[in-house]
Amino acid sequence: MSDIEERVKKIVVEHLGVEEAKIQSDSKFIDDLGADSLDTVELVMAFEEEFGCEIPDDAAEKIVTLKDAVTYLTANSN
Amino acid sequence: MRRVVVTGLGTINPLGNTVETSWNSLINSNSGISKINKFEVEDYPCKIAGSIDDSKINDDIVNLREQKKIDRFITLGLIAADEAIKDSGFVYDNESSFKYGVMVGSGIGGLDTIYRNSSILDNKGIRKISPFFIPSSLINLLSGHISIKYNLKGPNSSPVTACATGTHAIGDSFTIIKNNKADLMVCGGAEAAICPLGISGFSAARALCDTFNENPESGSRPWDRDRSGFVMGEGAGVLVLEEFEHAKKRNAKIYGEVKGYGMSGDAFHITKPSEDGNGGFRAMEMALRESNLNTDEIGYVNAHGTSTQVGDMIELSAVERLFGSNNNLLMSSNKSAIGHLLGAAGAVEAVFSFKSLETKTLPPTLNLDNPSTNTSINLIPHEAISKGVSNIISNSFGFGGTNASIIIGD
Repeated sequence: MSDIEERVKKIVVEHLGVEEAKIQSDSKFIDDLGADSLDTVELVMAFEEEFGCEIPDDAAEKIVTLKDAVTYLTANSN
Repeated sequence: MRRVVVTGLGTINPLGNTVETSWNSLINSNSGISKINKFEVEDYPCKIAGSIDDSKINDDIVNLREQKKIDRFITLGLIAADEAIKDSGFVYDNESSFKYGVMVGSGIGGLDTIYRNSSILDNKGIRKISPFFIPSSLINLLSGHISIKYNLKGPNSSPVTACATGTHAIGDSFTIIKNNKADLMVCGGAEAAICPLGISGFSAARALCDTFNENPESGSRPWDRDRSGFVMGEGAGVLVLEEFEHAKKRNAKIYGEVKGYGMSGDAFHITKPSEDGNGGFRAMEMALRESNLNTDEIGYVNAHGTSTQVGDMIELSAVERLFGSNNNLLMSSNKSAIGHLLGAAGAVEAVFSFKSLETKTLPPTLNLDNPSTNTSINLIPHEAISKGVSNIISNSFGFGGTNASIIIGD
């Protein structure tokens, strides 16, 4: 598991209160991990904070799984 | 005519996190007032409050992750609601839930959340504002959360009448059930304003006690000559009100009945009560009229009694005027022990009033060492009195000149 993936997973665990073992790389935040739409806004804010970047709204909308977040942050984080 | 009874009680307040623990503490003359230690108060004229220690907040009822997404007043309200609903023993089903409603208000709501987000906006910018900011601080979101958690699809609202909120919530719920718009209402108030902005704002309005910082337990002293303002408390009180036949049908335990409700406006001043006390007088009179009771059938007044110079005397004179011929009247202020819970005050005091009916015990007014006026009314100084009364009137008055009184009885 990459460093980025590990950090993303940690944020998801903290914010959504799910067990780490239950998070698969293609788990959907809303459908599989019990998040609601406001949770996903907060998740994106936490990613920005952790990775020191700004995620524009149109990119944020496409981040629906752990894998999406890791892919985006690998390409765009500082 | 539909009668309204109370079948469930719940509270968390500076004396305890259940009805039983806080009631026992109250009638044993304990004080819940202490020095504020959550934030730096060195520059504050008032450094004391009735705070609830975080360790008393039961994470099994509202888990930590959930607590982060709601202001403290909602957490406290959910805890009191949980106790009241379990105590009532009612079980919802989808059909009846349309006649089960919620009306839990707050005087100020998520003040600390608003303060924190305002600071974030100024210092870090708009992108750092939490999506949960608005839903965590809006007052009616407490009624919203309770309805979602317990599937209550009937009337849903939240009064916001400053320090009269809790009593208005109970009175309005009583009216809703009486008028057949609901069979059951979860009602009351919650408040969590012991935060920098809350304490500094009430201090600026010259409302808070500033002369007992070294001796916090003596700070709240209604009707005593050395009182210097109210001591703020935090917490929540929730009651389950139910139509009598509905409660009987399911063999619910009945604490007593709500018999009358009165409300009025002073039309006088933004923070001061009208000098002749006629606003409070008219609220009590209206409640009495609805209850069909005579003044000598009321045994005890659970007073608003906040420990402010002006307010205490005005309430006392209004009570004397209305109940003048009643020589056996007793009256005390729970705020002497728990402080002033603002929008939760009337609800917690109603919970305690039902415990008075149940246990035949009237709680004391702490710190009433030297009453500042002579009165024939027994203000129950220092120690609780064992005495059964059939009917109790409970008063709440708020900034803006809003007054509410309810009469409860066995």
